[in-house]
Amino acid sequence: MSEWSQAIGAFGRQAAAAETISGNRGLMIEEPLLFERDQAGRSGVDLPAPPPVADRLGGLRRAGPTGLPGLSEPQVVRHFTRLSQKNYAIDSGLYPLGSCTMKHNPRLNEKLARLPGFADLHPLQPISTVQGALELIDTLAHWLKVLTGMPAVALSPAAGAHGELCGMMCIRAALDARGEKRTRVLVPESAHGTNPATAAACGFTVDAIPANDRGRVDLAALKVKLGPDVAAIMLTNPNTCGLFEDEISAIAEAVHEAGAYFYCDGANFNAIVGRVRPADLGIDCMHINLHKTFSTPHGGGGPGAGPVVLAQSLAAFAPLPWLVHDQTGFRLVEQAQGVAAQALGRLKGNHGQMGMFVRALAYMMSHGSDGLRQVSGDAVLNANYLLAELGDDLTASFPGPCMHEVLFDDRFLEGTGVTTLDFAKALIDEGYHPMTMYFPLVVHGALLMEPTETEPKEGLDRFIAVVKALAQRAKAGEAAAFRAAPRFTPRRRLDETGAARKPVLRWRPSAAGREAAE
Amino acid sequence: MRYLPLTDADRAEMLAAIGADSVEALFRDVPRSARLDRPLDLPRAMGEIEVERALARMAAKNMAAGAAASFLGAGVYRHHVPAAVDHLIQRGEFLTSYTPYQPEVSQGTLQALFEFQTQVALITGMEVANASMYDGATSCAEAVMMANRVTRRHKAILAGDLHPHYRETTTTHARFAGFEIVARDPDPAARDDLAPLVDGDTACVVVQNPGFFGHVRDFSVLAEACHRAGALLVVIVTEAVSLGLVKPPGEMGADIVAAEGQSVGNPLTFGGPHVGLFATREKFVRQMPGRIAGQTVDVEGRRGWVLTLSTREQHIRREKATSNICTNSGLCALAFTIHMALLGDAGFTRLAELNHAHAVMLAERLAAVPGVALLNDTFFNEFALRLKRPAAPVVEALAGRGVLAGVPASRFWPDRKDMEDLLIVAATETNTEEDMAAFAQGLREVLR
Repeated sequence: MSEWSQAIGAFGRQAAAAETISGNRGLMIEEPLLFERDQAGRSGVDLPAPPPVADRLGGLRRAGPTGLPGLSEPQVVRHFTRLSQKNYAIDSGLYPLGSCTMKHNPRLNEKLARLPGFADLHPLQPISTVQGALELIDTLAHWLKVLTGMPAVALSPAAGAHGELCGMMCIRAALDARGEKRTRVLVPESAHGTNPATAAACGFTVDAIPANDRGRVDLAALKVKLGPDVAAIMLTNPNTCGLFEDEISAIAEAVHEAGAYFYCDGANFNAIVGRVRPADLGIDCMHINLHKTFSTPHGGGGPGAGPVVLAQSLAAFAPLPWLVHDQTGFRLVEQAQGVAAQALGRLKGNHGQMGMFVRALAYMMSHGSDGLRQVSGDAVLNANYLLAELGDDLTASFPGPCMHEVLFDDRFLEGTGVTTLDFAKALIDEGYHPMTMYFPLVVHGALLMEPTETEPKEGLDRFIAVVKALAQRAKAGEAAAFRAAPRFTPRRRLDETGAARKPVLRWRPSAAGREAAE
Repeated sequence: MRYLPLTDADRAEMLAAIGADSVEALFRDVPRSARLDRPLDLPRAMGEIEVERALARMAAKNMAAGAAASFLGAGVYRHHVPAAVDHLIQRGEFLTSYTPYQPEVSQGTLQALFEFQTQVALITGMEVANASMYDGATSCAEAVMMANRVTRRHKAILAGDLHPHYRETTTTHARFAGFEIVARDPDPAARDDLAPLVDGDTACVVVQNPGFFGHVRDFSVLAEACHRAGALLVVIVTEAVSLGLVKPPGEMGADIVAAEGQSVGNPLTFGGPHVGLFATREKFVRQMPGRIAGQTVDVEGRRGWVLTLSTREQHIRREKATSNICTNSGLCALAFTIHMALLGDAGFTRLAELNHAHAVMLAERLAAVPGVALLNDTFFNEFALRLKRPAAPVVEALAGRGVLAGVPASRFWPDRKDMEDLLIVAATETNTEEDMAAFAQGLREVLR
């Protein structure tokens, strides 16, 4: 047992030794819930007394207090500042979460999204007063169409999964218009979970297609599954193993020959942006996560935006509203009539994620067509560098070159007693956010790493050294130390099973608190 | 390029380590014919100054609501957002983190979501809430699909004063997921009684409070009718601030509340991103869509937070998931949480009272203008006016005078004659006495 392992073992057994009087640990400050800081009579806003009027509520006034806690502004600012300090973020360091594309979020984009001419604009203002906003949307649409080679784009979807829904609905609408009842959708085993969920939400049944031993769609198996009842294939490319589907042209041909549509999950478009146009691969429809490829912030889980580019055969079915340009300027078509007679309807309120559009366009214009090409080149280069440097210590699932992310599995941990989860948690103690774990499902104990193009080489070198050292420690029989990780985080491993078995999903006043209040 | 740290020397060194001749060689799996060998026909890279100039030029072509006297509502409301909110949500630890899949390094986001869920449950009068949806309209569609799962029935009755975008979004889902929609005609006078329509096939009735035309109603009797028939009552709220003053849906017997949370903490932003609120009863929680944060303990027994009940979700259940939603509206939900924390019970109530008082004052003023009739007996901060002539050109004319006078109903029902002269007007705490005077005076002149 090494010194590291002994030290960790001791730490794990004697947590009390690390305790302080306050429960705080230096910069790690314990923070209660807002509701536990409540003092009646406090507020963080000063609003004028309402002018006296005879109310028009028809006797439907709220009877009691809401139960919202009262805090002053300094308390609120401190509360959320302390909470923020319990988060890892791209701004803190390397965030190699495969398939999620955690790249730098430029602050210029935040500034521009807050210009009053965008942020302080009501979606239902007269069209004559929002021409600049519509011009921005039109410009974004132009960039997306040129980058993908597709003739149309639907901008309203609010996230990647929402874009999938939009795309698959377009396909259903097109099939309905053709008078065809096709019910089956083919989805590779390695697909994101949203793909089968989306297909089901559009009334399709899902049929899994296996991968071949090269981590790609098994073309022969796909051909067997194709038939007159197949509506579409949903394929992620580059796929979730970080590989380009090198038989994509043959796949597209077979799918089209069977009368089906080719839906591409564009979550990984960042690997090929500026270098490959999806239209040239035979794709009919693809969503783009603006929060991945075009770097709008992930915000701890949204908001995102998931525009969908469409081939001519699907364009007529794009959801409302449509943006059109005529001699009077830009205008919105908000009803399924005229040019938009076949539109499939509306997918959300208003016109789309404008705040995300501004950020994405600022990102595109900053990079330009030359810079975007560099983006995909550097992203792929960084991932291949990890593959080359870590290939001897970890077990790569497939030979390179990979695309923007690299997949390892847990064969290198065999017999060590260390799991992928333990390995990931040990990385946290080293100051890194872990890679994606246990996804895709097609390999055992997956570790999917996506460094992105915004990581400097020296940062990668440091990460590589840490991962190599951890792998060696795992192989040296220090499993107990891994199982104790993480130790330096605001909380150590949490009981997720208990959380699901007896869900506590909100704060409630304690019995003592309630009595005191009464 | 300022965002790309690799130098040519780095690239050369890395290619040598990989054993590749060039970056292009790494793309060898892409069919040769699909590989572009030069940049696409789009502008080249720009510095901050040029990008800022180009986008500021577009922004300047718009009439920002704050530069006018603005009375637009219809599901999106202009409220004052305290400066601390935008400062805090721009902290990089919130802004640039992912969905909290690794709870040990995401306790900040998780605790904030738990606080959000509690706030939503408190103001709606419901037992539990999720960690947000995309917006109110998608929240409404998800509520209907959840009611289908709970009741194992497939028919939804949508009230005539449900926001048209909510109706249309839900109808789109119905078409593809295969359930039935009974959508009532627009109901500007709020006279429609839905109870007689509820039958043994009905999964849910969807009503809105305050309604799209502003009326405030009690749905307790309708809730009882729904429950007698084994159906659920879904209550939609598009103006979350109303919950500070109006009897909450939970006290009316609502089974699901789906709402738009933009009013609290979030700017207009031309309609998005906003934040959907979703609350229900504890017994339905395993049928609820979306992410949920839950309380638990760590190995040292300390209280902490995790994402929970994920067996409902797509990444586990795949095609059997309750919904395909994955990313939600995290940062907008955080803005909501912070604004609500600043308000507290006293501030939230006062904000709602202020909105109501301004709306009452404005309604009285506008109803006194010749050629204007107020349709509402009850309202919160929004009401409907019938003008003596079509509303859209009136709004256009008033925009020229610096007054954004509300939303003409014809924007939603361009083909209905009976909607042509209807104007939906909202007032909030941001409207001044001068704004209201300018609106009344302008309307008087335009209608003359």
